[in-house]
Amino acid sequence: MGIELILIIILVFILLGAVIAVEIRDLLSAVISLGVVGFGLSIAFVFLQAPDLAIVQIAVEVVLLILLIRATIRREVRSTHAHINWPSLFLVVILCLGLVGFAYIALEELEFGAPAASKVEESPTNHYLRQGLTETGAANIVTSVILDYRAYDTLGEATVLFTAIIGALAILRGVARKKKGDK
Amino acid sequence: MNGMSPIVQTVARFVKVFILLFGVYLTFTGHLTPGGGFAGGVVIGCLYILLTLAHGKSLSLTYFSSGAAHGLDSLGALMFLLVACLGLGLGGIFFANFLQKAYPGAEFSLLSAGTIPISNIAIGIKVASSLFLVFVVMAVARIIEKKDGGTDYKQDEEEE
Repeated sequence: MGIELILIIILVFILLGAVIAVEIRDLLSAVISLGVVGFGLSIAFVFLQAPDLAIVQIAVEVVLLILLIRATIRREVRSTHAHINWPSLFLVVILCLGLVGFAYIALEELEFGAPAASKVEESPTNHYLRQGLTETGAANIVTSVILDYRAYDTLGEATVLFTAIIGALAILRGVARKKKGDK
Repeated sequence: MNGMSPIVQTVARFVKVFILLFGVYLTFTGHLTPGGGFAGGVVIGCLYILLTLAHGKSLSLTYFSSGAAHGLDSLGALMFLLVACLGLGLGGIFFANFLQKAYPGAEFSLLSAGTIPISNIAIGIKVASSLFLVFVVMAVARIIEKKDGGTDYKQDEEEE
């Protein structure tokens, strides 16, 4: 019960930060209250016993906040009149109801925090947890999964990052290159 | 982009070694403790972003130019791919952990787990230089709108 109470407090903070970030007029204040979401999420990861994710989340959050602050500082925002977009509001309500229903069904089947692999004896998760140290030699099971069992995914992730950098450099480069014939 | 106040510069001068050490620690012991190449790389990238913010872009770019960042980015990606292809050549499977099968190190020691630490280092190099490049591209160089509607790419030297 203790962890659930802590998680509820953190989630309330995250919700407050998100709502403030959407509703506030000043861009810089919106970015800073968006930081509540990221840092609250990293604290939640610590309490859910996922320190790997918590470290990555907090580091990426810092970089993201710096970039967003640099991008939004001293920038004028045009204000428009608010009007309610009924179709998207309808979609949001449907999505929220679906998520609540999914969480209800999932919590009926499983205890809170119990992995889905506890239901299936021969699942890959159980194999990784039991054989990970002897097969890969890595004491950290997360690393043994992302760099040995599922290294293809990591290669794809590295490729995504590489492609994103190439695209950003090509679009935002400082010096444009011309061919000889062009004017 | 000029630097910040002397307080920020002094604090940045004190903490930079510890941040670098923490990033290297996360990268090198990723197979033993929480962390890994991605987290360590992000921390090292953060260090360069901190130095750029505190001392201005000229100091940071003299020690780690964007050309070097391009090279290290590609080097990390190629190192990771090389590990994968060596697994295919020596172990028979793409990404096979051939070092662990040939020389299994003592469990829970720094030199264990075969190719995993090498992959961690490659990913750390790649992520650190990528993040620095993202920061240089998005925050140091700035797009300035021209009068006639077109856009011009300009380093913001005289602005701040």
